[in-house]
Amino acid sequence: MDANIKFNTKNLNLFYGDFQALKAINMEIREKEVTAFIGPSGCGKSTFLRCLNRMNDLIDSVKINGEIIFDGQDINGTIDVINLRTRVGMVFQKPNPFPMSIYDNIAYGPKCQGLKDKNQLDTLVKESLMKAALWEEVKDRLNKSALGLSGGQQQRLCIARTIAMNPEVILMDEPTSALDPIATAKIEDLMSSLKKDYTIIIVTHSMQQAGRISDKTAFFLMGEVIEFNETPIIFTNPQDKRTEDYITGRFG
Amino acid sequence: MQAIKRKKQKEKIIEGFFLICAFVAVVSVLAITVFVFYNGLKPFVSNSYPLWDFLTGVEWRPGSNMYGIFYMIVGSIFATFGAILIGVPVAILTAVYISELAGSRIGKIIRFAVELLAGIPSVLYGVFGLGIIVPYVLKISPNAQGESLLATIMVLAIMILPTVVSISETSISVVPKEYREGSYALGASKIQTIFKVVLPAARSGIMTGVILGIGRAIGETMAVMLVCGNPIAGIPTSLFDQIRPLTTNIALEMGYASGVHQELLYSTGVVLFIFIMIINLAVNKLVKAKVGS
Repeated sequence: MDANIKFNTKNLNLFYGDFQALKAINMEIREKEVTAFIGPSGCGKSTFLRCLNRMNDLIDSVKINGEIIFDGQDINGTIDVINLRTRVGMVFQKPNPFPMSIYDNIAYGPKCQGLKDKNQLDTLVKESLMKAALWEEVKDRLNKSALGLSGGQQQRLCIARTIAMNPEVILMDEPTSALDPIATAKIEDLMSSLKKDYTIIIVTHSMQQAGRISDKTAFFLMGEVIEFNETPIIFTNPQDKRTEDYITGRFG
Repeated sequence: MQAIKRKKQKEKIIEGFFLICAFVAVVSVLAITVFVFYNGLKPFVSNSYPLWDFLTGVEWRPGSNMYGIFYMIVGSIFATFGAILIGVPVAILTAVYISELAGSRIGKIIRFAVELLAGIPSVLYGVFGLGIIVPYVLKISPNAQGESLLATIMVLAIMILPTVVSISETSISVVPKEYREGSYALGASKIQTIFKVVLPAARSGIMTGVILGIGRAIGETMAVMLVCGNPIAGIPTSLFDQIRPLTTNIALEMGYASGVHQELLYSTGVVLFIFIMIINLAVNKLVKAKVGS
């Protein structure tokens, strides 16, 4: 097995009740790269992303078969889901800071894992905010409510909150779709700088974004991965007619 | 033209009818307030009984012209406080169980039971308290009777459950699912998510439920009358002591009282009224604070 492979899915199928949302997905995702998932709405890209940290567990009607190998272990089996989620963090489409202070938002995850030492927490909060390029903007109001931040700041706070868990992988589900272009640019810069420490997997509706930030791109259509390749190849020389149609804007 | 005019007139008449209906509530609340305050303040204005003695006295002996309600105020507050102390945690955990933990079938059954509890007439709570709770209290009580502060607290704790459960459940269910997802995605367990994220986010709604529960407990009369003992004197100093809440004082004697005695029963009502108004103001403030945030 290639040591650089972080996630390896084998013949992954997912059903919402009778509806099959993912069809036989086979994909290898490499460590410390940015992998982007593109495709029209309802194509299964978010659903697939949520398989990688078992967020679909929260939905009753979901049935999954096939394998998702994460660091050599099938995470579809009986595993410690909490441990998985501390190693595979997630940033959501809509910024969702908790209605508590900025400090408490960052300290929440580590505290849930039992970290109590005030000094350690202080350091962790500061480091996480610095890595998320938010420290300068909020260092004087760490005890103010996180809900008072702008949308872009809230999203960077959510990224900082995820970083505080020191995960190996960060999943991002359309993290900039609710943000203006300036906030989007800041998050994209952030992703490029986070790439050296973390494996990033991002779902995006913006093909320009995928082109700017990702190393690999997967094109999803109706629950299938049509094409998965180096990003420049997907955008300049797609092998499949449907990929070409999508990226040139002929549908979707 | 004529038809449009007639239609407009009809609308106006219907609108006026609605207004009259809406006025029934306004007029009623004004009438009750004025009536109770007018009668209740009379003895103090005409100096037929000193206000200070009324508010601080600890004996209620109409035969000897002694009308002190201090021990009743204390009894009402103790009973309400005790009921909140026991009822609220049970209610909140019930609401959490229904909305976060139970499967849809068990949740439905529990919710149905809670709704039924809300519909039981209060006299039946009193009968239940008298038949079941009072004898149990008697077994462990150093006193010769089971009617007591403790029995009152138990009955009231059960009676406030429906109010607090349903309002808490509603406010828990409107906590955005994004908060829960965010918490789970950070590796928090279900219980951690509930206690650290969901309940704090639902806090103001739950507080509204608690305050409505306080209002229910302090205003309850019939059920309490059967289990509290209604002594004529004495500040309760133990859970096994009898109490005489403000409400039961009025209900017990209003039927036959006359003169100053009757007026001072209205005065008891004024005190009760003031308590309820404070509670209502608190609710309004909380609800506003919630909308404001």
